[in-house]
Amino acid sequence: MAARFVGHALALTARFITAVRADWRGIEPVAKQRVYFANHVSNADMPMIWTVLPVHMRRQTRPVAAADYWLKTKLRAFIGPEVFNCVLIDRRPEARSEDPMEKILQALDEGSSLIIFPEGNRNMTDDPLLPFRAGLYNMGRARPHVDLVPTWVANLNEIMPKGEVIPLPLICTVTFGEPIHVAEGEDKDAFLKRAAEALVALAPQESGGRA
Amino acid sequence: MDRTTLDILLLSLGVFVLLIALTMLGEGLRARVPQGRTNPVVEAFMMRVNSWWALVITLALAVLIGPVGVILLFAFASFAALREFLTYARKARADHLSLALACFVILPLQYLFVALDWTGLLTVFIPVYAFLLLPIVSALRGDASDFLGRVAQTQWGLMICIYCLSLVPALLTFDMPDGSDRSILLIVFFIMVVQFGDLFEYYAGRQFGRRRIAPDLSPKTIEGVIAGVLAAAVIGGFLGWITPFGMIGAAAMAALASFTGLLGSLVFAAIKRDRGVKDWSHLIPGHGGFLDQLDSVIFAAPVFYHVTLFVWG
Repeated sequence: MAARFVGHALALTARFITAVRADWRGIEPVAKQRVYFANHVSNADMPMIWTVLPVHMRRQTRPVAAADYWLKTKLRAFIGPEVFNCVLIDRRPEARSEDPMEKILQALDEGSSLIIFPEGNRNMTDDPLLPFRAGLYNMGRARPHVDLVPTWVANLNEIMPKGEVIPLPLICTVTFGEPIHVAEGEDKDAFLKRAAEALVALAPQESGGRA
Repeated sequence: MDRTTLDILLLSLGVFVLLIALTMLGEGLRARVPQGRTNPVVEAFMMRVNSWWALVITLALAVLIGPVGVILLFAFASFAALREFLTYARKARADHLSLALACFVILPLQYLFVALDWTGLLTVFIPVYAFLLLPIVSALRGDASDFLGRVAQTQWGLMICIYCLSLVPALLTFDMPDGSDRSILLIVFFIMVVQFGDLFEYYAGRQFGRRRIAPDLSPKTIEGVIAGVLAAAVIGGFLGWITPFGMIGAAAMAALASFTGLLGSLVFAAIKRDRGVKDWSHLIPGHGGFLDQLDSVIFAAPVFYHVTLFVWG
């Protein structure tokens, strides 16, 4: 109950500051099981995608997020697991007790859609994307029926660059592309390259932006 | 009920009748389309009319609430306009703090000065003090690349989206010659004549426009602009009774506001063309963004404000 209320409040704040809009370019906004894989430049990426999903889709979509970040404080432990219903995974191989991929597949088998950031970390470089980790390929091969949807979040690195506290009000767009799947016999590198290209293709043409 | 409120209700009613007629016209056109099909032109028209309903009702409510409602409405419009402008403006990471100050400190302060009727301060705050302060904040972060370009675009955004727009509610501070509280009706007058001028320019230009003013920028034609300004003058003349201008004066003020506004739209067309965007955003269905809707109001506001103060103040 409290989690839902906070969820609506967060979505409203995101809309007030960024007037965030979804561009359903490659898929329809219907409740189908999907893995949304997105570029990652800011901590606000995931709330943005979550905000533009219609409420009925939002409820069955779970972001995959780092446990060390979301369990750090009490507030985060409420927002991450409770409000966003995150699938928390441990990024440190030496400390973890369970295999992250197993948790992810379990969430998929329960019927949830997922939001993942295959770059693994926030991208602080001038390149559009960091090299993808293998996770996207592994879940695409283990559950081939699930649509993998490239999702580009535009403008966020300017709304809230790393180290800044106050978000700038700029208009943010979340673009959903056409779903992709791991092809028969496709190897990991070829698939990840194809996935990254499908994602970058959604980025808007530079029309102002950073000097 | 006092006379001002009565007049506001009367004017709203008049506009509502017009919108009902337009809605019925649209539904009539819809009914002629064969079952199961849609005509994109009719749907676009209906989307515009629906947005007009929302805009008119919002403005009418704000005016009925009084000065506070009008000031809050325009402060929000400024915020939305600035958000659209900054999305396409050039900026660097070093400008983050100065842009945040612009949105969350300078904007509210400007409208606070309007609310407090500090005329001396509200006319110099952004053109002088924000103009000097924000480049200092950007310079302290030490990034020289394209510095002048960045700060100039920021200042342009502040002037357009905050300063010029805030001069609409600043009309509230105008002391009516008869000492009444009817200055709020000046705002209604100003917005109605500018928007009707735009509307007539758009449809007249489409119907019988021939010579384009700036062919590379916008489809606006000389014929369309003349029709728009004349229509604004006629409507202004009819609305003269809510202003202190008299009938001829009101027609002249309406023509002046509409003409400045239409030229302002041309400036915005140039900016959009340069940035490669068609609309500033998607927030007002059928119209584009707040800046698309307000471009003429923004340019006309300072001229209307100052002429009102100098000639009738």
